[in-house]
Amino acid sequence: MSRLTAERSIRAMAIVEVEGLRKLYGERVAVADVGFRVEAGECVGLLGPNGAGKTTVIKMLLGLSPPSAGTVRLFGCVLCAATARTIRSQIGVVQQEDSLDPDLSVERNLAVWATYYGIAVREASRRADAMVRFAALEDRRHARIKTLSGGMRRRLMLARALMNDPSLLVLDEPTTGLDPQARRLVWERIRQLKRAGTTILLTTHYMDEAAQLCDRLVIVDGGRIVAEGAPGALIAEWVGAEVVEVYLPEQDGERLAQRLAAGPWRSEQVGEVVYVYLRDAGMEPALRELIDGAEFAHRCATLEDVFLRLTGHSLRE
Amino acid sequence: MRDLSFGALCVWRRNLESWLPFLGSFLVAALGNPLLNLGAIGYGLGRFVTAIDGMPYPAFLAPGLLAATAMYSASFEATFGAYTRLAEQHTYTAILVTPCSVADVVVGDALWAATKGLFSTTVLLAVAAVLGLVPHPLAVAVPAVAFLTGLCFAALGLAVTARAPSYAFFDYYFTLGIGVMFFFSGVFFPLASLPGWAQGLAWCLPLTHAAALCRALVRGDLSPVLLGHLAWLGVVTFLALLLAERLVRRRLIV
Repeated sequence: MSRLTAERSIRAMAIVEVEGLRKLYGERVAVADVGFRVEAGECVGLLGPNGAGKTTVIKMLLGLSPPSAGTVRLFGCVLCAATARTIRSQIGVVQQEDSLDPDLSVERNLAVWATYYGIAVREASRRADAMVRFAALEDRRHARIKTLSGGMRRRLMLARALMNDPSLLVLDEPTTGLDPQARRLVWERIRQLKRAGTTILLTTHYMDEAAQLCDRLVIVDGGRIVAEGAPGALIAEWVGAEVVEVYLPEQDGERLAQRLAAGPWRSEQVGEVVYVYLRDAGMEPALRELIDGAEFAHRCATLEDVFLRLTGHSLRE
Repeated sequence: MRDLSFGALCVWRRNLESWLPFLGSFLVAALGNPLLNLGAIGYGLGRFVTAIDGMPYPAFLAPGLLAATAMYSASFEATFGAYTRLAEQHTYTAILVTPCSVADVVVGDALWAATKGLFSTTVLLAVAAVLGLVPHPLAVAVPAVAFLTGLCFAALGLAVTARAPSYAFFDYYFTLGIGVMFFFSGVFFPLASLPGWAQGLAWCLPLTHAAALCRALVRGDLSPVLLGHLAWLGVVTFLALLLAERLVRRRLIV
């Protein structure tokens, strides 16, 4: 482990470096030529619709799925059978599915987890004690897992991922299935870790989560990277400053849609709604005049607009 | 299997810890089943059986049951127990993101199932001693044989578990594999009473060698043949462990 640390200090290398990563399941291409970097202290989000290949990328990153092509470099070391154990010892992982140990209590889930990292029993219970507090589960420390709420389980998963004091935290859809209050508490904990300088790679399909937590986003769709950048820069590049959603009236809706499409702005029609993307703030008079009388909403551009522009509006199943 | 480490012992420890709350029900099962066999068949049916090799029937049956108990105990743990961890609770998938390898998980689980075999057999050995069915002090080595027997059946069970699509799959294994071994491995009657071809087949079964070892130790019959029994058990265990690791890897690393 000291060798890894030493190597890292020699040349300031990325914590995660993925190049030309591919994964084929028979004929089906799950991941096609994905490459990205995560620098130390960064929080990078893999954003994409369900089935985009996010979890497959994460699995390849952890050595849990052999890539069909490409390389994964973590902490400057190429991931292979010989390095997997050392590399994994420095990563904390929150998997998508609930993988807490139902046979053990809250506290023992943490302490037993630490032993998998070769942490001595006494030190393991000391850390478990601290992490029970981090997860805000002090009064549930002896509880069985099945008595915990979804939010508590997620917090415990996050706490468990920190037991080995990881240099990289990998979060696969950390708040999927949680109610808004529970999500906010998990975000708060993740922000706390960010402030402490933890390097984080997370996957999500929630725009607000990506916008709130990530310094940089890698948007994937159909196993490919379709865009990459800071949330603000992505919005400016792909959408602009503001969006006008025009709800087409039943009468003459078709004509309005045609006139909107012909205007000197970018627009997109999805069913009965036309999205007009404005590069700068403020509606130009021509547009205002055109939609006068129609129902519309004028709002700031968001990451959701970027996402929908890039990955389309059709349902993904 | 090359990436086996101390992680296996951590997996073993995890299983031990999660099992301790169920110690009571374990003791009931560990005592109950073999005692029912020994009582109903050994003492009940045994009254109609003449002495075998100069032993009254219960004294012949008891050492065989010691071996069979290790087999059953380890087999249940490596099938139903391991399947729960593999497919239902995602325990294995969780552990694999830590430095522990597939080999650690498989060997750790096998060691645990073998430990349960050792516990079950030891409980029965104590009872058999109280009943006066353990004439020789060499019987103290029986738990070690039980551990090896357990490891062998744990590895076989894990290989089956790795391919199991559901719990129902184990019906095949327990009926066609474990069940056949229970009745045709010299536990209930000497193999010599089988036709020659069947004897040949019976000598391939690991339980045959485990039962022969237990019987020899309980009676104090030391001979070089015992090394052959040990070697056979060891070889089957080793190959089954290699197979189990491959199959679990194929299931989890995709």
